[in-house]
Amino acid sequence: MLTTEKLTKNFKTRNAVSDVSLSIPQGQMVGVIGRSGAGKSTLLRMVNRLAEPTGGSITFEGRDVTALRGRALLEWRATCAMVFQQFNLVGRLDVLTNVLTGRLYHHGFVASMLQLFTASERAFAIRALDRLGMAHTALQQADTLSGGQMQRVAIARALVQEPRILLADEPIASLDPLNAKVVMDALRTINREDGITVVCNLHTLDTARSYCDRIIGLKDGVLVFDGTPEMLTQEMAREIYGAEADDAFAEGLTSTSLGGVPAKQRLTERDLAKNAQLGLAAS
Amino acid sequence: MPNLELDKLLLSRGDDGRAIPGSIAYWYSDFWTYIQLIVETIFMALTATIIGAAAAFLLCFPAARNLAPNSVIFLLSRRFMEICRGVPEILYALVLVFAIGIGPLAGVVAIAIHTAGALGKLFAEVNENASLRPVEGIRGVGGNWFEEMRYGVPQVMPNFVSYTLLRFEINVRASSIVGFVGAGGIGTELNRVISLYSDDRVVAVLLLIVLTVTLIDLLSERLRTHFIGKEHFA
Ligand SMILES: Nc1ncnc2c1ncn2[C@@H]1O[C@H](COP(=O)(O)OP(=O)(O)OP(=O)(O)O)[C@@H](O)[C@H]1O
Ligand SMILES: [Mg+2]
Repeated sequence: MLTTEKLTKNFKTRNAVSDVSLSIPQGQMVGVIGRSGAGKSTLLRMVNRLAEPTGGSITFEGRDVTALRGRALLEWRATCAMVFQQFNLVGRLDVLTNVLTGRLYHHGFVASMLQLFTASERAFAIRALDRLGMAHTALQQADTLSGGQMQRVAIARALVQEPRILLADEPIASLDPLNAKVVMDALRTINREDGITVVCNLHTLDTARSYCDRIIGLKDGVLVFDGTPEMLTQEMAREIYGAEADDAFAEGLTSTSLGGVPAKQRLTERDLAKNAQLGLAAS
Repeated sequence: MPNLELDKLLLSRGDDGRAIPGSIAYWYSDFWTYIQLIVETIFMALTATIIGAAAAFLLCFPAARNLAPNSVIFLLSRRFMEICRGVPEILYALVLVFAIGIGPLAGVVAIAIHTAGALGKLFAEVNENASLRPVEGIRGVGGNWFEEMRYGVPQVMPNFVSYTLLRFEINVRASSIVGFVGAGGIGTELNRVISLYSDDRVVAVLLLIVLTVTLIDLLSERLRTHFIGKEHFA
């Protein structure tokens, strides 16, 4: 259970997020919608502690996340993976190393400076890539990939973190519809099969409707909607999006009938046994 | 005045073993000493560049506004680099000759200090222009500051290599000068022949220095374009 209590972030000039109280049970797939500047990114970045809240608190399974410092904070970030709109991969490193950076929290200083990763970690990373249909690019330099491919690599990186929560900040905003579908399918597969909570900022309403169990609407930093996709009426949506309403409704995925490739199945029992043998607890 | 006579130019040493004034053999009678000193000079520049670049590398991350862990560390490393590059090599060399004695070591340390400051600033500026997206990506997975630097900033490597090579060229010139205060290299010899009013030799040594510097510049330029070309310098 992830809970935020009156979570607030003030910048000098304005309130980006005001008094947002939420509680998200483990394993839910949540879509956060709102017009540009509504505070979606800020909300997500606070949960991962990439941005410091100016008020309120975040709790995960009874633990106060807002108070974490030092190594405990790094551990929280490792538990709470983040996928970015611009992928944030290291362009000059190969795909496999990029995915392996998901393990950095578990590494000592020397091992991480020398880029020493164990064979079992490599195997784990390759399997994560394979689930997203990207294993064939493992040795390619990351900046030679297309946007959709980069986002899938970024998701693989998040997977090897063995996170409990996956935050995605507009993961499909810079992708074409087909790639957008592949990425959203992958996020949903991960959510359903691994039981990872997924919180996803989305620009378009239809995507949120077709993929999420629950939709949260933000307007000017204030929580204005929290409910199932069915509860989100057209009037409500117009209220959330304001002047941007037509854009939000028109663009994006109109149905799930596009022929995208869903992510592969979760690791089988045999894989899990092998992982355990190699000393890696599979999520 | 230095004198070189066309008709005697290629004459070898006379029967008495003395070189004839005006011949190349006379000008470069100490040729092998010069070569030895030139080699020493190049090695001094090389060592100082390596040490200085290593120090600059360590300093440039805390000294980049966007990467520094906090503003105190940022200001400290900036000021430190300013002190390093604010004083000319020759002054450091003068002090170090007193501190650690006459010889190339003083020169190497002097040039290395200056290099650390000058290169550190250039490196830090490269860092400030680097994209922070990969750094944020690494922070997002729970990496610490060192890991953010190690994995998030390799985009700057080609620029670093290029600036270091450029600095090596500058250091070859610097290390031929520090000898004037006794800090090793060809400068020591240049100082000696100047004080002997031995015009021929002064010109001979100067010619060798110019030749060396030109060769090094050409070589390093080729290396630089090679690196930049290969890495798609952005
Ligand atoms: N570093 C900052 N300094 C000052 N104001 C900021 C900063 N970051 C964000 N803001 C402001 O906070 C508000 C919320 O921004 P945020 O990025 O969370 O919006 P968003 O909903 O993610 O928008 P978008 O859909 O465009 O990504 C915006 O008005 C923005 O201008
Ligand atoms: Mg945003």
